[in-house]
Amino acid sequence: MTRKSRGRLRLWWFTSPRIVFGEDSLEQLNTIEGKRVLIVTDPVVRRLGMVDVVVAELKKEPRSIEVFDQVEPEPSFENVEKAAAFARGFQPDLIVALGGGSCIDAAKAAWVLYERPDLAVDAVSPLTKLDLRKKARLVAIPTTAGTGSDATWVAVLTDKAQNMKLDYFASRELVPDFSILDPRFVLKLPKEATAYTGLDAIGHGIEAYVNQWRNDFSDALALRSIQIMFEYLPKAFDNPDDLYAREKTQNGATMSGLAFSNSQVGLIHGMGHALGAIFHMPHGLAIAVSTPYVIQFSSPNAAQRYADIARVIGIREESAQKATEMLVESLRRLMVHLKIPLSLRDAGISESIFKQNIDSLIEQTTRSTCTFVNPRVPDVEEIRKVFDCMYERKPVDF
Amino acid sequence: MSCDETLVLKITSLARFPSEEWAKLFMEQVNTNKKYEDAAKTWEGDFLFVVNADADLKEPATMYMDLWHGKCRSAALLKPGEEKKAAYVYSGPYGNWKKLINKQIDPIQGLLTGKFKLHGDMAKVLRAVRAAKELVETAGNVPTEFA
Repeated sequence: MTRKSRGRLRLWWFTSPRIVFGEDSLEQLNTIEGKRVLIVTDPVVRRLGMVDVVVAELKKEPRSIEVFDQVEPEPSFENVEKAAAFARGFQPDLIVALGGGSCIDAAKAAWVLYERPDLAVDAVSPLTKLDLRKKARLVAIPTTAGTGSDATWVAVLTDKAQNMKLDYFASRELVPDFSILDPRFVLKLPKEATAYTGLDAIGHGIEAYVNQWRNDFSDALALRSIQIMFEYLPKAFDNPDDLYAREKTQNGATMSGLAFSNSQVGLIHGMGHALGAIFHMPHGLAIAVSTPYVIQFSSPNAAQRYADIARVIGIREESAQKATEMLVESLRRLMVHLKIPLSLRDAGISESIFKQNIDSLIEQTTRSTCTFVNPRVPDVEEIRKVFDCMYERKPVDF
Repeated sequence: MSCDETLVLKITSLARFPSEEWAKLFMEQVNTNKKYEDAAKTWEGDFLFVVNADADLKEPATMYMDLWHGKCRSAALLKPGEEKKAAYVYSGPYGNWKKLINKQIDPIQGLLTGKFKLHGDMAKVLRAVRAAKELVETAGNVPTEFA
């Protein structure tokens, strides 16, 4: 047997929830069996009345319903253990994760700890056999358009003791059984969150397409998701009531979630998770600021892949290197349109705080499981230089 | 040195996998790998590399690697029947080891798809994924010949 093309031999899976999308898709919730339903959400989602909408839909069938509405942004181990304890007290047979990535990630983790009280949070990894679904199934209803968590097999949790993001709480068993993409849930998303989460989705698509674990299935989803997000994210931002644009960004976000969940993310997320943990930046903002710099750093090993991305967003340029530069410029124009800072300094990080924390940023980036599937794997000094460029808004040209 | 002499040196320095000689060469490679040293500077935990028999390897083999703070303190091929305990056991059939050393399998994807198995403290090893990856990449740098 000969292998002519570059790259490693492939054996991989494609995993996806059953996805219901489009206007009124929430009505399909009632086709899902479950007598005891636990809704896992946060106080903001509850205050916006979205829990009431879901409860009203669920009550069309005889069911017992409880709500855990104390999910924190970037949920900690303690927070998900609290949600799991709540679940153990109620014994649901269906868990509905309602909210952004934090709510869905918290629901995934609480579900595992509810089904497997013998496991500690940091003992869960892709190599742990979980044997879930003995007690409950999981439905995700995202209220943001970006994290893709409704389609992925990972939950990003915060380890407060180590002040870092845990990015290996992952298992194919964690993919929700159902994902319901009803655009009415993203209509109320504030402009800033629309921008952050939308750029997070673009980061997912880009990383899914260039990382070392990419494959034909993830490639297709990644490219189309990037194309959708570049076209419809500015429309959803400019006109939040544009239901069609909202629906498109919601679809694009879940597609990019499927793309990276079935390949991987890379250095954008390795650096972004470190920025989020140390400076408490919103995840989408940290990803957005990191993206142009990581593209520049990675381009020597992936210029043709970036050129493919450039092509799907309408850039016509034969030279892969030039196309990559134009992709970075397009991304920056989009960030300016969405009022996103282009550097860490512009994001409000003072120079002294940045310098105080640079070693921790580097340490966390090197420990991230995302970093080592990037098309160009950085060493410690290279990570330092990319962070420096990101702070000063200088091109990464080494 | 002529091209021919270089070629002869390269051929004569190949180590058969798995063997005592390969284990020693692997130790040398680990101990001169600055990237591994940096990535594993806090690592404490020895490994057994278990090569299971398959169509191309009749007898299974186990190599022991004592990894400590970025260095390999000792390495050896265990004798048939010899038992040794280690913090981690990384095992797979000979054919998959061959692909791993030839860099045709990503070491982490190899674990996730069941081509290799890892026993030991998962939380600890997943917090040291850079070191783990550097270690396996180092195996690919050992001049190796296969049975």
